[in-house]
Amino acid sequence: MSEDGEVLIAVSDLTKHYGAIRAVDGISFEVRRGDVLGFLGPNGAGKTTAMKMITGFLEPDRGSIAVAGIDVAADRLAVSRRIGYLPEDAPAYGEMTVEAFLRFIAEARELEAADEAIEAVLGTAHLGSVRGQTIETLSKGYKRRVGLAQALIHDPDVLILDEPTDGLDPNQKAVVQDLISSLSSDRCIVLSTHILDEAERVCNRAVILSEGRILVDSTPEDLVSQAPGHNAVRFRVTEGDAEEVAARLAEAEWCASARVLPSDVVEVEPRDGENRLNDVLAAIGEHRVADVRVREGRLDELFRDVTRGVAA
Amino acid sequence: MSGLARRFTGFRAVLRREFHGYFASPLGYIFIVIFLIASGYLMVSRDFGRFLELREANLDALFSYLPWIFVVLVPAVAMRLWAEERRSGTVELLLTLPITLEGSYLGKFLAGWAFLAVSVFLTWPAVFQVARLGDPDWGAIFASYVATLLAAAVLLAIGLLFSALSKNQVVAFILAVAASVGFLLIGVPQTQEFVGKWFGGYVERVVSSLSLLDHFEALTRGLLQLNSLLFFVLFTVGWLVCGMLVLGQTKTN
Repeated sequence: MSEDGEVLIAVSDLTKHYGAIRAVDGISFEVRRGDVLGFLGPNGAGKTTAMKMITGFLEPDRGSIAVAGIDVAADRLAVSRRIGYLPEDAPAYGEMTVEAFLRFIAEARELEAADEAIEAVLGTAHLGSVRGQTIETLSKGYKRRVGLAQALIHDPDVLILDEPTDGLDPNQKAVVQDLISSLSSDRCIVLSTHILDEAERVCNRAVILSEGRILVDSTPEDLVSQAPGHNAVRFRVTEGDAEEVAARLAEAEWCASARVLPSDVVEVEPRDGENRLNDVLAAIGEHRVADVRVREGRLDELFRDVTRGVAA
Repeated sequence: MSGLARRFTGFRAVLRREFHGYFASPLGYIFIVIFLIASGYLMVSRDFGRFLELREANLDALFSYLPWIFVVLVPAVAMRLWAEERRSGTVELLLTLPITLEGSYLGKFLAGWAFLAVSVFLTWPAVFQVARLGDPDWGAIFASYVATLLAAAVLLAIGLLFSALSKNQVVAFILAVAASVGFLLIGVPQTQEFVGKWFGGYVERVVSSLSLLDHFEALTRGLLQLNSLLFFVLFTVGWLVCGMLVLGQTKTN
């Protein structure tokens, strides 16, 4: 999270209802140049609705959005020139070739050096080999990159990407994630995902949304350290009594729990999420152990913890 | 940039894309072939235009049936313009580019109209024939082409409205055909007699002044009357504005 970059998106008290359902419920946040903000949340949490309002496609019921200092409600056209947007499922005109599609986008954006912009973005998104193919014949991974290419063609300050890797296979996912990472310097990116590993890989800031509200606004590293079971140590006692080791560990004041699992495996969870491997090894003493592992916190467990509280 | 131009920002890019779109798929060529066969058949058929029997150097036999062909073919040109954008989700892409809703709507309308104009002007061999065989009234032929393009415009605006209303192209097509037929039937003598009998002469005059067929015929006779021209322009603009309002509501569904 960058503290001193220029504020490129400022959202205040944003609210949107669909009939009786509150899709987005009074959220406020700022995104600065250099930020890669991950919108995390279960389906229906309001991620897509919030993004559609930032791009000006949907009008909010209440609240305000400024992109690069321009009020979206007052001047959507000016805002749209500063934003690159990849809508959910990367819609594109299937009957057009990749190149013709990008040419249309360049023309709609009134780019002066359209040819150069198209060539540059074909390179960035690795689309050179399929430039003459119609979009409907491309694989999902390529289609997604076409969507990214159109969002990037005018080199925008603000990129809004709605589930950029959803539905892709692991290889395609990695390609798209690398591409997003390579874009992150010197602009701001807001992307939504429900894949938590992706937030860890790509984002430097994570916002968890549920039922239209912001529950957590932090960095992925912070979230990981808050996750239950972060830095838990697990080992197998090969010589000696596992029960005795567990009992000895449980007495330590930093220890949240120590239990014996099947085949003499002991699992110790620290109270504060700090790495206590040395303390654990000291407590083992004369016993002999094998297969020592320190576990990283899992975002999905935290995610489930946090969002369950709201749903209940 | 002036206010009005700003309101239609981006229409050129949409116009160009959509116009090329007709020729990028077989649909455009199929449309033109069907249109030319249908108009040619109705022109020379003994049951309809009787062009060969009449032995007159004019093209009434061609033009008088074009509105009826348009009733089916113009909705086919219009149906995909918005329904497909909304079904595939590209409407979200389109309306987050620096293009206004009005600009994209106008661009699509002009693209469809330009395509219809190309189809209509491919009837030139008929003009060539009457010019070879006799001494036609060129003013009437010119006025007839103007009338045909105006009728195409108003029916296209109707088709575009229904395309904005339904995500399903087939539904959009059927509703547009029904509305266009209704719009044309106002002008047939049976309807006007019926209205006159039940609602009196004043209502009959109002209804007949709304008749596309009457205004179309008046124009094809070679008189470019202001009230007939206004009829087409006002109705086209009216349907377009309705369609824009509808799309503003349906774009996010």
